[in-house]
Order: sequence, then structure tokens, then C-alpha cells
Amino acid sequence: MSRFEAEFKGRLGNFEVDVSFTLPQTGITALFGPSGCGKTTILRCIAGLTQLEGNLVVDGKSWQDSSNFLPTHRRPIGYVFQDANLFPHLSVRRNLEYGLKRIQNTQKTKLWEEITEMLGLEALLDREPSRLSGGEKQRVAIGRALLSAPEILLMDEPLSALDRFSRMEILPYLQRLHLDLKVPIVYVSHDLQEIEQLADWMILLEKGHVIAQGSISGLLANPQLPLARLPEAAVILEGSMQDFDSKYCLSKIAVNGGSLTLSQNLGVVGSRHRLRILAKEVGIAKSWQDGDASFLNVLSAVVVDIQPFGQQQANVFLRLGKQAHGDDLLARITRKSCDVLQLKKGDEVKALIKSVGLMGVPTVDQAG
Amino acid sequence: MNEWFDAEMWEATKLTLKLAFVTTLLLLILGTPIAWWLSRSKSFIKEIIGTLVALPLVLPPTVLGFYLLLLLSPQGKFGSWLSEVFGSPFPFSFKGLVVGSVIYSLPFVVQPIRNSFEAIGENSLEAAASLRASPFDVFFSIALPLARPGILTGSVLGFAHTVGEFGVILMLGGNIPGETKVLSVAIYDYVESLQWEKAHVLAGGMIGFSFCVILATTLIERHWRAKR
Repeated sequence: MSRFEAEFKGRLGNFEVDVSFTLPQTGITALFGPSGCGKTTILRCIAGLTQLEGNLVVDGKSWQDSSNFLPTHRRPIGYVFQDANLFPHLSVRRNLEYGLKRIQNTQKTKLWEEITEMLGLEALLDREPSRLSGGEKQRVAIGRALLSAPEILLMDEPLSALDRFSRMEILPYLQRLHLDLKVPIVYVSHDLQEIEQLADWMILLEKGHVIAQGSISGLLANPQLPLARLPEAAVILEGSMQDFDSKYCLSKIAVNGGSLTLSQNLGVVGSRHRLRILAKEVGIAKSWQDGDASFLNVLSAVVVDIQPFGQQQANVFLRLGKQAHGDDLLARITRKSCDVLQLKKGDEVKALIKSVGLMGVPTVDQAG
Repeated sequence: MNEWFDAEMWEATKLTLKLAFVTTLLLLILGTPIAWWLSRSKSFIKEIIGTLVALPLVLPPTVLGFYLLLLLSPQGKFGSWLSEVFGSPFPFSFKGLVVGSVIYSLPFVVQPIRNSFEAIGENSLEAAASLRASPFDVFFSIALPLARPGILTGSVLGFAHTVGEFGVILMLGGNIPGETKVLSVAIYDYVESLQWEKAHVLAGGMIGFSFCVILATTLIERHWRAKR
């Protein structure tokens, strides 16, 4: 049984919400959907900042049911707002201490040291919030939320108010959170690329309803979902470093059902990496002889589904491996190619991958 | 005491300052929660209360003074109860002036404080709640410090308005030296009895005082803004 179960139902103005979902024990769960789909409303319901009818059970304790509603200040949450919301009359240090002072915790000093170190806040402590850059403000806001020792961290588009440069500055900290933090994170965003970099799980929303929930790699390549029909459709693959070719500086990453080559040294053998492959970077060949072309990444795959995409193009859903036992892959090719190749479900093909993106920061697209 | 500032004038000055200080203090204690409630409540009654609080802005002070006189008079039920509780009747006493001044100056204190509470917006308050602060705690740790400029403006306006009050006091307190004879009444008396020089000293002093108070407030606010 999941430790976190939520169900919300109700109207806000002329907007209707009816959702139910569970959250995993750890990791980042993205609440994703177009603007106005109710992402932020749901996050606010979890925090108790907005009240809709429903049930919310966390760790066996009821935060909300038909007869009781725990007010926000009595829920062990951390909330990171879109625009940081630092208290303008308090210094960075006192902003950070605000939540820390109000919790019962015997290891406050240790918590303080851990969080300020993790987010690199030491140098900012004596500054006023108005003297911070957008990225620094958001880092302080994240630190402030974490210092209240939350059992769940709620983040409402924490990067959307930032410029590109500040985003790049903050993403590594978020990725570190992801690795170091033992509590689940709910991350609201309308930016799929951000989610692809960070999230493990995804709850897909449309007009106040959950249309799918599951692991991010599973949802991205699901033919039933609208994600594959986005212009920037992509899949996420997790793999481990297998081999480094020092002569050509090539790293070989094993994924489920094949292996990928990246022209970059990705560190020690066995290290885990997250890779992103855009649908439009994937081509398909029916037959293939090694040494026929310059592609480094040519993987065996099986066609799982084919859907037309607009007038000229088609989305081909592939599964890696000759027996279709591996990870999902998405290819966007022209409908003409589809017809010329006479592609149909169940065909064994070769996926030609032009480039593999490494999901780390900064994101560098690697020619393969 | 020298010739141009005699004991009588000094007494009126002291009484005025005492009245203004007591009134301002009571107004802050009373007006701040009212302002907070008015800025946060979504109920319809809020508009009614808001209108009642604002009434002294438009009413002639004599109207207010007249009804207060009737209400506080020991001949009435409420007035007799009050004078029993406090030991003496309210009209024609310092206590009566305080009551009148508090009601008369209430909008001048409530309005600026309410404005600065409204300017805080939900964001900071929600952030505080998400950091385990109870509503009471949020009020003292976030709302009050952020509303500081409004509280300063409200205090100054309340104080200055009380110092300059005339109509309500005349209706409610008459002209008893040392008890209800404040500066504005004293000036009126001096003019009536053609003591123009004394009237000049007090009236001119009031102009100087008002100028200094408003200038000081502006400077303090400017300093706070610069710190933000």
C-alpha cells in the first residue's frame, strides 16, 4: 500500500476537479499538463491552502476526510512557490530559520548544516532577499522549506519564473535533492523538458482529471497518451556506464534491450545515467549492414504501434531488442518513409539514432 | 512661566498631548485587529463594519458629539452603567474625551493599516503557514512587521487628528481647564476674548508641530523603503 493516497473533488469557479492518485515513497513525481489543467490547485489541496472535498491519507494519518481538515500549519509539508515568496523583512538567515524554529527536532544544527551546505547557502546568509538574484531566491526558498523537516516536498513550478541562466544554475541543486532526499517530492510543471530531467513518476492531468499515472519513461512512450504527439516528444532511458573507449573518447551505456554510445567520458564503469532521445532524432531502417553509414547508435527494435502525426509525419512506437523485451523508443518519420518501408506492427527494424541527450546539467546534446 | 506662554496655555498643551497619546494607544490596540479583519474577511458584514468605521470621515463632529453625549449621559441606561463601572460620569470629563476621540479618529488609523495589510497579499502569509506558523503566529511574525509603514502612518494621523479635534470635544467636554480644555478649545476662547497674541502662539505652534510630524513620517517611510 502506498503511504500517500489522495482524492479531491469539487468546483473552483467554473473549473471542475476530480482526481485520485497515489504517490510513491520516494523520488520526484511530476504533476504535468497544459496550463489550466488544475496542477497547482491539486498541489494546494495537498498543502491545505485550498479546500476541496476529498480524502488525503499520509502515512496512515488522515490529513483530510469528510469530517476533518488539517490546517496547513499542522501538515508536515514543505512548499516551494513559483516566485520564492521570501519574507521581505527578514534576512536570508532569518528566512531560513523561520520554519526551523517552529519544528520539534532534536537535530536542528545537523539539519541546518546539511541543507545550507547542499544548497550552497552559506555565502548568502547575511543578505537581504531583495539583493538576491532569481535563482538565489529560489534556492533560499527551497532551503527554507527543507529546514522545516517536511515529510513531503511540494514544488509549484519553481523554475518557471527564472531566466534560462538561473534555471541552469538551479537544476543541479534539484538533481541533488533528488538523490539525497528521503522524502517524496511533488513537482508541478508545464515544461516537459524540465520533468524529463528530474522526475521519476508522472501524473498526467487534463481539465481537472488524471488521465494517466506511472513511471515517466512508461508514459512518454505510451501510444494512448497525448505526450507522444507533442512537438518535442522524446523518451527517457536509464542506463549504466559499461565501457569507455579512450582512443575515440566514447562511452558505452547499457540500456534495457541494447546499448548506446556517447562521445563523452561519462565516468566510472557502473555509474548511472539518464538519457533522452527525441523522436525526431530517430530514423528507421528495415535492413542494416554494419559499416554502411556513419551512425554509431543502431539498435534492434520491434514496431509496437504506428500513428499518423499531422499531414506528413507518423509516430512509430518501438521497443528495443529483437524480442521486444527492452525499453521503449519513439521515432518520428515521414509518412512517405512509412509507406516506402511498408512498416507495420510487429516488424523487426533497426532504429538509427542521430543523437542522444545526456540528462545532466548542462544538457548537452551528444552527436552519436 | 513667562508672559507669552502662561500656566493656562501650558495646561492645555499638556492635556492635549495626554489625550492624543492615550487615544493613539487605544486606537492602535483597537484599530489593528479591526483593520486585519477588514483586510482578510470575505463576508458581507465586513462592508457594513467598514462603512461604520468610515462614518466619522463624513459626519459633522457636532452630530457625532451630540449622539455620544446622549449615549454617555448618566441619565441613560448605558451611560449610568458606564459611570457606575468607572466611578464617575463620562460627559465633561477626560474619559469622555478619550471615548469621543477614539471613535472620531478611528477611520484615520484603520484605513492606512488596512491598506498595508491588503498590500501584503496571500503569498507571504501562505508561505508562513506552510512553514508551520499558526494564524496567530503569522499575524505577529509576518503581517505586523510588513504593515509597519501603515501602522506608522495610522498612528501619526490618529495622533495629529486628535490634537486638532474641536467639535466633538466642545459637544462632549465643554471647557473645563485641566480636564477638558484642550488646545483647539483654548485657541477658540482666546479669539473670542480677543487675546490674539495667545491665540497666535498656540495656533502657530500647531502649524509648526504638524509640519514637523508629517515631515518626520515621510522621512522615516523613505528610510524604510530604501532598506527594502
